[in-house]
Amino acid sequence: MEETIEMTVNGRSASLLAEPSTPLLYVLRNDLGLAGPKFGCGLGQCGACTVHLGGAAVRSCITPVASARNATVTTIEGLARAGALHTVQQAFIDEQAAQCGYCINGWIMTAAALLDADPNLGEDQIRRGLSGLKCRCGTHMSILRAVKLAASRMAAARRT
Amino acid sequence: MGPDFVVTQRGFTRRDFLKGGGALVVSFAVPGCATLAGPDTAAAEFPRPGTAWPAKVDPALLDSWLRIASDGSVSASVGKIEAGMGVGTSFAQIVAEELDVPLERVTIVMGDTATTVNQRGTGSSNGVMKGGEALRKAGAQARSTLLALASSRLGVPAADLRVDEGIVYASAQPSKRVSYGELLGDRQFHVKVEKDPRCKDPKEYRIVGRPVARMDIAPKMRAEYRYAADLRVPGMLHGRVIRPPEAHARLLHVDEDASLPGLVRVVRKGDFVGVVCEREEQAIEAARRLRVEWSRPGPLYWASYDALYEHLRTGRPKVSKSEDVHGDVEAALAAAASRVEARYEYPFQSHASMGPACAVADVRDGGAIVWAGGQKPYPLRGAVAQLLGLPAGKVRVIWMPGPGSYGMNDADDCAMDAALLSHAVGRPVRLQYMRADGTGWDPKGPPAAFHLRAGLDGEGNVTAWDYDARGFSGQLRRSGTDVPGQSLAGQLIGGYPAESHDEHKFSDESYAFPAKRKASHILPWDQSLGTALRTAHLRDPDGPSTCFASESFVDEVAYAAQVDPVEFRLRYLKQAREKAVVRAAAQKAQWRPRTKPRRAKEGGLLVGQGLSYAPRHGTVVAIVAEVAVDPSSGRYRVRRFTVAHDCGFVVNPRSLAGTIEANLMQAMSRAMHEAVRFDPTRVLSVDWITYPVVDMMEVPDAVDIVMLGNEPGAKIYGAGEPSTRPVAAAIANALHDAIGAPVRRVPLTHESVLAAMRG
Repeated sequence: MEETIEMTVNGRSASLLAEPSTPLLYVLRNDLGLAGPKFGCGLGQCGACTVHLGGAAVRSCITPVASARNATVTTIEGLARAGALHTVQQAFIDEQAAQCGYCINGWIMTAAALLDADPNLGEDQIRRGLSGLKCRCGTHMSILRAVKLAASRMAAARRT
Repeated sequence: MGPDFVVTQRGFTRRDFLKGGGALVVSFAVPGCATLAGPDTAAAEFPRPGTAWPAKVDPALLDSWLRIASDGSVSASVGKIEAGMGVGTSFAQIVAEELDVPLERVTIVMGDTATTVNQRGTGSSNGVMKGGEALRKAGAQARSTLLALASSRLGVPAADLRVDEGIVYASAQPSKRVSYGELLGDRQFHVKVEKDPRCKDPKEYRIVGRPVARMDIAPKMRAEYRYAADLRVPGMLHGRVIRPPEAHARLLHVDEDASLPGLVRVVRKGDFVGVVCEREEQAIEAARRLRVEWSRPGPLYWASYDALYEHLRTGRPKVSKSEDVHGDVEAALAAAASRVEARYEYPFQSHASMGPACAVADVRDGGAIVWAGGQKPYPLRGAVAQLLGLPAGKVRVIWMPGPGSYGMNDADDCAMDAALLSHAVGRPVRLQYMRADGTGWDPKGPPAAFHLRAGLDGEGNVTAWDYDARGFSGQLRRSGTDVPGQSLAGQLIGGYPAESHDEHKFSDESYAFPAKRKASHILPWDQSLGTALRTAHLRDPDGPSTCFASESFVDEVAYAAQVDPVEFRLRYLKQAREKAVVRAAAQKAQWRPRTKPRRAKEGGLLVGQGLSYAPRHGTVVAIVAEVAVDPSSGRYRVRRFTVAHDCGFVVNPRSLAGTIEANLMQAMSRAMHEAVRFDPTRVLSVDWITYPVVDMMEVPDAVDIVMLGNEPGAKIYGAGEPSTRPVAAAIANALHDAIGAPVRRVPLTHESVLAAMRG
């Protein structure tokens, strides 16, 4: 049975009539026109569909839309603040950290949640935080450099 | 205050659709704003099927390649596509350079069969070589044409004009000036392309050869880059396909009148089955729930890789070929003081693209438009036309970026399927495959089994070298979809012949030995067509496997001859560029010479260093891998790669470095982890658990790249794939150095490392 589900997406309130079990990903992409999160596997194995739900990185392809009821959802389209890109996004540009870029939403959204929580992470902690995400082109080296760069910038910003 | 956004989903039922009633109602509280993402593409911007497009965009006309708008912006068209390596930026650099306009003023149009010249598309790392060369000449000729126009406009001889940032000046009197936009602005050149226009001297390059940021990167990070999977066409429905559960299973029955939420149509043609629904999640659910009965054919595959390799070794080849034959190898082997012999094996591998393929097809009014990823939209147009029974001029394929395709992945199959589904319902249909359709059903890179033998004289000199490769052709399904029989749809429908090609498996090394022979035997595998183990090009087709066998054996022979592996290569290689990359990689990696595996200990680990080299279509690469192995488990990590890379002149060194690194990681993933799993009737690798790839925890601490041969004016060779080729052998050779025994089967798993250590 369809239900009315209310949530906040990228700072705007939305009211959706949907089957509660519908994966959040399809609602975001097909109804709200937010194409940043990608369908990679539909199994929660690759991370291409990652969004923030209540600030935590979740895989929207296996997240029922009902679990976002009355919650705050942020997609990569909503990651920039006041027109400025998130530090992680800027670092990915500075390191040119993409090949095809289809997976990159997952890396940026996962890294942003990781570093927003604590930017003072060593390389090993960053690798662990990103482990499990897939990149088929093999962009890992530049992605790792980008996330380390973002971590150092965010840590420095917090110190000042 | 109400919500910013109200979305009501009321999925179509089939009855609703047939009545023309029912609706997907999306109502917006924000006027003028179509979606949260901002104004969406208006319906008017989408081309409609039913019109005719030029059967051919004439490559002989300059206007087919370049347009100059009245604001001076330049649009360049090319029959290649962006596969995620930044080739679009390189094209823009080439055009900007020849025309003398700022880089940011150039946009590149790629892969639309109605508007861009048919260069078949991209493949074999030929983007910059072929597409770039065409654009370089077009740019040079456009510049000289514009100078002629400026000459008559300004009344100054062309020789006395100069161009700066798209403005033509009289050299002696700079106040006399006119811009490209004023000269041509939105009008056509109306000139034929010259065969050899005078291009700029590469020594004067200011944009080509400079490291520049890729044009596609920032939009990707801002989520503004649009992939085929992101396209939403007005009135669009959603499709999914249902594949046979076993190889060659025949469709016995499908419930075509099923009543499932949102179901618009069950589409059946031969053994092809698909569903079309109003909403995407409905299509997924319908494909899952639809009752389909299939026959139970006998086994087509093998019980194990051991059984497959045994088949490759003992099966009867359909075609054999020899090359690089010098002297009498058998006699030299018989006369040798000592002999070395080894067998190597390489598995089926999947493209496993990051997203399963997606295409949108709009087939109605006697025409078809297909938006699709993949690499070769031009041949695909012909296949779509044949499949639908339409004239080619009524079909338009518009390439849009897909996930990286690495050859012939599932993209073209998806485009053909989408065309079938749209044709059946007379409305636009978006088809995205599910993960299992992508990993499980993409055409696979072919397996091979190798047997190498060498003879040594009493002084450790190589007197004989015999390379013998046996396997399935990597082009059961060819690298372009020219006819329906190349596609899965054509095979499942039946009646469409494929145009398979027997592609041999020769290693490309050029060692000079007194007696030498390379033989390749292709075994029949036509029976795989229409199944999930049919083969097609996967990045650097046959390169990783042939190089793995050949370059692993080089180390085995070098140790048998008690010669350092680098010294060995330098002794038997004759071409200067090949020797140079071997030397450069060894030097940069601080190569430790050895005449037998070092089995060096570092803490509780065994560490090793291995080198491999490979030529590929004029490019030469040498790679040193450094590994650290846990001797108790066989688990290991590649700590560092050092690459020496000579692909001639480099248009954009910054994007090339990224491409090389990515090649290394993907090739490392293939070497360490990847083998398509199967049982006698099915492919079992259907997702990222059953087809594991490299993880962030495993990637090296560093990659060092040394570029050689990068001189302005030097010939440009392809660089999209060559650095893939030597990786598996470099890792295998490093493992050999670390543990003292060769590992001769890819993937180089920790179990096989452990087994090799224990003899």
